Amino acid sequence: MENNITITIDGKEIQTREGEFILNAARANNIFIPAICYLTRCSPTLACRICLVEADGKQVYACNAKAKDGMNITTTTENIETEKRAIMEVYDVNHPLECGVCDQSGECELQNYTLEVGVDSQSYSVPDTHKEAVDWGLIHYDPALCIVCERCTTVCKDMIGDAAIKTVPRGGDALNTDYKAQMPKDAYAMWNKLNKSLIGTADRSDMLDCTDCGECTAVCPVGALVSSDFQYASNAWEQKQVPATCAHCSAGCQISYDVKHTDIENSDEKIYRVKNEWNYVSLCGAGRYGYDFQNADAVKDETAFNAAIAAFKKADTIAFTSSITNEEAFILRRLKEERGYKLINNEAKVFKTFLDDYSKISGQQLYGADLKMVHASDFVVSIGSALKTDNPNARFAFNNSITMNKGAGLYFHPIKDPVIDGLSKNVMSINHAPLQEETALYLMLDLFADKENLPKDITKYLDSFHSKKMITIEETIKEEIIEKVMVKQLNKETGEEEEVEVEKKKMVPKKVSKEVEVDDNALLAQLGAPADFDEKLQKFLKKKEKFSLMVGPDLYTHPNSRNLARLVALVEKYTQFELVMIPALANTLGVSLICDLDEEVGEYTIGYNTKADFTLSALGDGDLDMPALNQQEGTLTSINKRVNPTNVALSYGGYVLNDIANALGLDAKYTIDYTKELGVVKGFSRESFDDLPNHYTNSGEEVRGYLLKRIGIRRSSNESVNELEDIAIQSDIVYLANPVLQFTAFTNASHQLHGEGGLYGSEAFMSKHALNAGDKVNVKTAQGEVRAVMIHDNKIDGEIAYLPTFDVNLNSEALFSGYRFSSASYTKV
Amino acid sequence: MSLEQFQDRNVAEQNYFHVDIPDYPTTGWGKVKRAASRTFKGELFVGLWVVFREMIKFDIHTVQYPKEKLPVGPRYRAVHEMQRLFESGTERCIGCGLCEKICISNCIRMETKLDENSRKLVTDYTINLGRCIFCGYCAEVCPELAIVHGPRYENVSDQRAHFTDFSDMLTPIDAAISGTQKEFDGFGAVTPHEDERVKTTPLAY
Repeated sequence: MENNITITIDGKEIQTREGEFILNAARANNIFIPAICYLTRCSPTLACRICLVEADGKQVYACNAKAKDGMNITTTTENIETEKRAIMEVYDVNHPLECGVCDQSGECELQNYTLEVGVDSQSYSVPDTHKEAVDWGLIHYDPALCIVCERCTTVCKDMIGDAAIKTVPRGGDALNTDYKAQMPKDAYAMWNKLNKSLIGTADRSDMLDCTDCGECTAVCPVGALVSSDFQYASNAWEQKQVPATCAHCSAGCQISYDVKHTDIENSDEKIYRVKNEWNYVSLCGAGRYGYDFQNADAVKDETAFNAAIAAFKKADTIAFTSSITNEEAFILRRLKEERGYKLINNEAKVFKTFLDDYSKISGQQLYGADLKMVHASDFVVSIGSALKTDNPNARFAFNNSITMNKGAGLYFHPIKDPVIDGLSKNVMSINHAPLQEETALYLMLDLFADKENLPKDITKYLDSFHSKKMITIEETIKEEIIEKVMVKQLNKETGEEEEVEVEKKKMVPKKVSKEVEVDDNALLAQLGAPADFDEKLQKFLKKKEKFSLMVGPDLYTHPNSRNLARLVALVEKYTQFELVMIPALANTLGVSLICDLDEEVGEYTIGYNTKADFTLSALGDGDLDMPALNQQEGTLTSINKRVNPTNVALSYGGYVLNDIANALGLDAKYTIDYTKELGVVKGFSRESFDDLPNHYTNSGEEVRGYLLKRIGIRRSSNESVNELEDIAIQSDIVYLANPVLQFTAFTNASHQLHGEGGLYGSEAFMSKHALNAGDKVNVKTAQGEVRAVMIHDNKIDGEIAYLPTFDVNLNSEALFSGYRFSSASYTKV
Repeated sequence: MSLEQFQDRNVAEQNYFHVDIPDYPTTGWGKVKRAASRTFKGELFVGLWVVFREMIKFDIHTVQYPKEKLPVGPRYRAVHEMQRLFESGTERCIGCGLCEKICISNCIRMETKLDENSRKLVTDYTINLGRCIFCGYCAEVCPELAIVHGPRYENVSDQRAHFTDFSDMLTPIDAAISGTQKEFDGFGAVTPHEDERVKTTPLAY
C-alpha cells in the first residue's frame, strides 16, 4: 500500500494511494475534515453528511469519495459552511441539556462540533418523543441522547460481526414539510432520515443478544451507549490514561486503563474502565470489562518470600502459564541457565513444537502474515480454532475482510457456531468431526495448491480422493414461447373498443433435468461438507485476490500435530494463502520463543499461576503473591508478531519474580532491565523498555513496540507428509474452550465478568441428554471426571458441549490428554 | 468617563503641580532648625483636640467584634455553602464535578453513583479547607449555583476537619423550604438582565 498519487487539499499537496477515501487521506496528513458517522476500517454510513468537501468543483462526501490523482479539494465553501451549521443545529434539536451529568462528560463529539461550527441559536424544531433508557446488561442505551449516527450499528456489522443492533423506527411526528424548501439540502436529507430512526436490538427483543464486546459504547460519539458499570462512576476528565496491552489473549490489543483515586478516603488508584483507539483497534468484552484482575492488598511478606527462596533452592521444575510478560519468561530462561530448572508449559510447548515442524518446510521461524493482512484479504479460511472465543480479534478480522472487501470465508470447526454462521451468507461452516483438521488441510491443498509444483506423491495422494460420478441435476432454462392474447384496442376508424388477438413473445423458465459427470471429492464427504460445497465455493472464489488462512490451537494439540504443522507449511508454500497462527494465550508466542521448554516434570515443582508444590500466584491464592499483568510493566508478544509494551496501571506492594531471581543470583534492578536482553533471543531486538512506543498515528499506523525480525531457518528438502489416518472420537464429545468474555482465571477475577463455570451446551445437546440448565452433570473422560453445572450457551449449536478453563474450581484440563476434544460420558447427578 | 486623562502621559501639559515641600536640610544647622519648628508648631495639639472633641460628642464608630460584626459584601469569599432548591429542599448539586475539576488547589473531591431513580447521586463530597485558597472558582463554575461562598470568614479551629463536614455546609432544609435561604450574588450568579440576552429556541408544540 504505497502512496502513489498526489491530491491537493486546501492548497496543500499530499501523497496518498489510489482509491483511498478523501477523509482518510486528509486525516493521515493532519488536515481536519469534520466527520461524525465515519469509522475507519468500516463502510461509510453517510448518516451525518458533515464531511462535505468540494472536489474538483463538485460537492462530495469526503468519507465515501475516493481520491484520484491530481484531485483538487476545498474543505470549506460558503455552501458547505451553511450545510454544516444546519446539520449541527439539527443534531441539537431536542437534545437534552444534561451535559452536566452525562457520562460522556465532555468527550462528546456533538458538543465539540456544535462549538466548532459555532451553533448559538436554533432555527428548527420538531416535537420530541418519549424514549425510555434501556439496560442491556453490560451496555446501557439512552435513546434520548442518541444522535443516530449509526456508528454502533456500523461497527457491530462491519467489524464485530454480531449485527446485534440496527436502526429501528423512531415513531413520533414527521418533519414539517416547509423545511424541505427552507433548509439546506443535505441537512434536510440527514434530518429526515434521523427523525425516522433510533437504535434497537436487531431481533426487536428487550435484551441485546450479542457477544458483549461493548465496541458500540466505545464508538458512540455521545453518551447514548455507555458501559452500565461506568455509569455515573466518574467524569472522564478525572481519569488518567495508562497506555497498555490487553493481557487476556494473543491479539495484544492496545488499550488504555483509565485510572483515578479509589474514593475520597482512599487515594490508591483504581481502574474505572478500559478505552481503546476504536478507529484502529476493536476490543472484545473480556478486554473491555475484564480489567480489575489485580492482585490487590499484596504486601512484602518476608516469611513467604524466604519460603519461596527455599522452595526454589529445593525445586528442579518450574511450571507456568503463558499469562506472563516476555521479561518474566526471560527470567525463567536465565534461571534455567543458572540453576538447571526444567520449564514446564504444555500449552506453549505444543505451539513451539508446531512452529518448529512448520519451520522445517517453510524455512521461516514464524508464520508469514498477521491479522492486519487478514483484514485486507478477501478470502479467509479458519481451521482448528473456536474463533470467537480463542481470539476475538481474529474473528473481527475474519468478519471485516468479508464485509469490507466483498470477501468470503470458510470456517472449519467441529462446533457449529451461530455467530460465525451469522457473519455473512458468504461464510461457509464445515462442522467436521474432531480429529479431521488434517483432512481440512489436505482439502486446502487439494483445492488451492499449485499442483505443478506440489511434491508428486502428495499430488498423487490427493488424486486418490477424486472419482467421477454421474448425477442428475435440475437446470432452469429460459424458453421462448408465443402466446396469443386478446387485447382490448380502440378502433381508430370506428372509435369503438374491440377485442383483437395479438401474438406475444414471452420468456418462461422451464425446469429440465439432465445427467452430468462430476468430480466426487472424498475429502469433502469425510469432512461432512454441505452438498453444495463446490457450487458455493465457485461463487465465493469469484474475483478474489488476497487469501488468508488462520489456524488455531486445535491443531497444536492434535495427536498428529507434527504432520499438521508440515501440512500447514505446505499450504502456505504452494497456495496463495497467507498464514496466521493463533497462539492460545496472551503470551504463548513470546514464551515459546524465549523459553526452552521441557516435557518431563521433576520431583519438586514451583508453579507460577498454576498449582504446584509451591505456588506463586498473581491471583492471590498461592504461597507467594505475584503482580498481575495490570500491575507490572513489561512486554507481551502478540499474534501480529509484535512485542508490545504494557505499563503499570495499579500499584503492587508485594514481591515480584525479579526479587526471587535476584535472591538466586541474578542481578537486575527492575524486571524491565531484561527487555534489552531479550535481544539474545532469535527474532527479538535489543531495545530498552523505555524506548518502546505505544500508540497509533492519524493514518492508522501502529507505532507499538517493535516487530519480531524475520528469521530464516534451514529448510529441509523433505516435504513428505503422512497420509490420513483413520482416527475418530467415538461416543459423545466434550471440548475444552471458554465461553464468550472469558479466557483465564484473570478475566474471571474481574468484577464485571466474574461467574461460575460449568458445562456449556447448546439446546440440541441438552435435549439429547435430557438435561436442563442448572442440572449438575458428571462429565467423565478417560482421564478423569468433574462435576459441573449445566449452562445453556446460545452462542454454539450442535451436540458438542465444552468445559471452560477460566474457573479455577473446575479442574477441566485434567479431563483432556492434550487434544481439545475428548470422548466423554455425561450423567446427571 | 473618558480615559483620556489616563492615557495622556505627558505630565507637563496636565494640571499637575508640585506640593510645597521644602528641600531636605543638608547642613547640621538646618536639621536643628527643622526639628525645632516641628516640635513647637503645635500640630500635636490639633490631633489631641480632634480626639477630645469626638470623645465628648459620644459618636463612636468602633464595632464591638465579636459581639457585632460588619456585614460582608455579596462577593466576599468565605467558607463554602451548599445550597438547596427552594420549596422542594432537594440538594442543588447535580454531581457534574466541575468544581472538582476547576479547583486549583485540588481540595474538592466527590463520589457519585447511579441511584435507584437512574439519576446521578452525590454520595460523598469534601472540601479540604486546609488547602482551599478561597479563589471562588468553584462557585463561579457551578452551573446550578449549588456551591457558593458564604459570609462565614471565621475559620479558626484546632482541627481542619471541622471545616470539611458536608452537613455543616449544606443549607438547613427548613431554611430552603421556608424560603429564607439567601440567594448568592457573587461570582457565577446570574447577571442582571440576562433574560434579554437569551435567544429563544423554536418549539414545535
